[in-house]
Amino acid sequence: MAGSPKDRRYTREHEWVLLTDGEALVGITDFAQEQLGDLVYFDLPDPGKQLRQNEKLGEVESVKAVSEIYAPVSGEIVEVNPKVNETPEVVNSDPYGEGWLLRLKPADPKELEKLLPAEEYDALVATAGAEH
Amino acid sequence: MIQQTALKLSPLDDLHRRLGAKMVSFAGWSLPLQFAGIIEEHNAVRREVGIFDVSHMGRFFVNGPDASRLIRRAVTYNVCRLQPGQAHYAVMCAADGGIIDDVFVYCVAPDRLLVVGNAVNAETDREQVASLLEPGMQAAIEDVQSGTAMIAVQGPDSEELLASALTGAVVRTLPHHGCMEFELLGSPAFIAQSGYTGENGYEVIVEAGRAHAFWQGLLAARARPCGLGARDTLRLEAALMLYGNDIDRTTNPFEAGLGWLVDFDDESFVGREALRRLQERGVARQLVCLKATDKGIMRPGFPVLQEEDAVGKVTSGGFSPTLGVSIGMAYVPSRLAAVGTALTVDVRGRPLPVTVVRRPFYKRPG
Repeated sequence: MAGSPKDRRYTREHEWVLLTDGEALVGITDFAQEQLGDLVYFDLPDPGKQLRQNEKLGEVESVKAVSEIYAPVSGEIVEVNPKVNETPEVVNSDPYGEGWLLRLKPADPKELEKLLPAEEYDALVATAGAEH
Repeated sequence: MIQQTALKLSPLDDLHRRLGAKMVSFAGWSLPLQFAGIIEEHNAVRREVGIFDVSHMGRFFVNGPDASRLIRRAVTYNVCRLQPGQAHYAVMCAADGGIIDDVFVYCVAPDRLLVVGNAVNAETDREQVASLLEPGMQAAIEDVQSGTAMIAVQGPDSEELLASALTGAVVRTLPHHGCMEFELLGSPAFIAQSGYTGENGYEVIVEAGRAHAFWQGLLAARARPCGLGARDTLRLEAALMLYGNDIDRTTNPFEAGLGWLVDFDDESFVGREALRRLQERGVARQLVCLKATDKGIMRPGFPVLQEEDAVGKVTSGGFSPTLGVSIGMAYVPSRLAAVGTALTVDVRGRPLPVTVVRRPFYKRPG
């Protein structure tokens, strides 16, 4: 299995964050979408909302389960990906690209250092996957 | 540590794993939750044909001249009426009228009937029937759960698939809810027109040693393998009961909408007196179908509210791939059971508006 993209950082709760041009793109990982199965609804906050790192920011519902989504970094929401409301399955098919969830203005880019690099995240899910 | 007891395995277990199925434990069995994905499998059954390994279902024959009389004592429906080749849905009740299981009874021959019930109740069902056997009655129970596999073939193309695949012309002769024993791959087998999806479909019981070949033959004929996930979304759209969720020992057939399965004729059966009293008294609550009118998913256990008052709990709930919204069932006071009644489901503190709708949610065209 291909590893997670190395250009971003990961949380233990299976979110990713990618810094580009002073902004942070946030999504859920391939492992998360795989575990949840067919995604049907996202409940995400509106632009303008301030998030604190690790706080619950929203929820995702799949056919079989619900899961909470946590803020990987602090910051203000600039944009919510309109595609994930219209066609949530885009997160199943492309969780690291078209299926991003939020664009944030990060409050403190140093917070990323607390998050896992791709290799460590892959090791984490390899262990989690073995339990299934 | 969570104590784990060994899960029972279907004769098809290795094939499922080889196909990459996501496995899950259900009623003491290890079974496929999904293969390609729940929605894809769901749609395959609604539009074409899907196959399910349902080897976990409890199943036993009752043989002998008194077979139907014996089963009649255990279920609310008068199975003595069944002619060879016919089958009927039925409910098994306790003396107080509470539901022990919902079962299908198939009359293969006057002296040979098959009872198929839920995996979780397999032993209870068998024991209930066995306990009603009286000296002098000629009937014997033949449990076939362990030596066979059971495969459900469901969807509009199921008849074509079975006719072309392996069973020859047998399937074409079956009427609605018809059943028969036949020969499959050189071994005795059983087929019935029945299922748990709301589509036309068949259920086949085949000797464990022939299960691989039969399943592979169906796959080769392009049937879609489906798991318990799609089985649940399909049966919920058809508003079919899931034992343990929608019905159990604390519910009775009348409030569950299964009163049409209770025959108060001159035959005696377990729970008859209690059910008579329950029927006379009328139902205080009823199992209703709820359809969400906004985004959000109702799931089992969520409170159902009228204004601020809790009036019930969701028994089954989820996302309906066919309708594109959440649907569910719940027991609510009879005054709130009318179609069109607006209620609310508490989705983790957020109100989800729902409406009581006609049962079922989905009915196959034609």
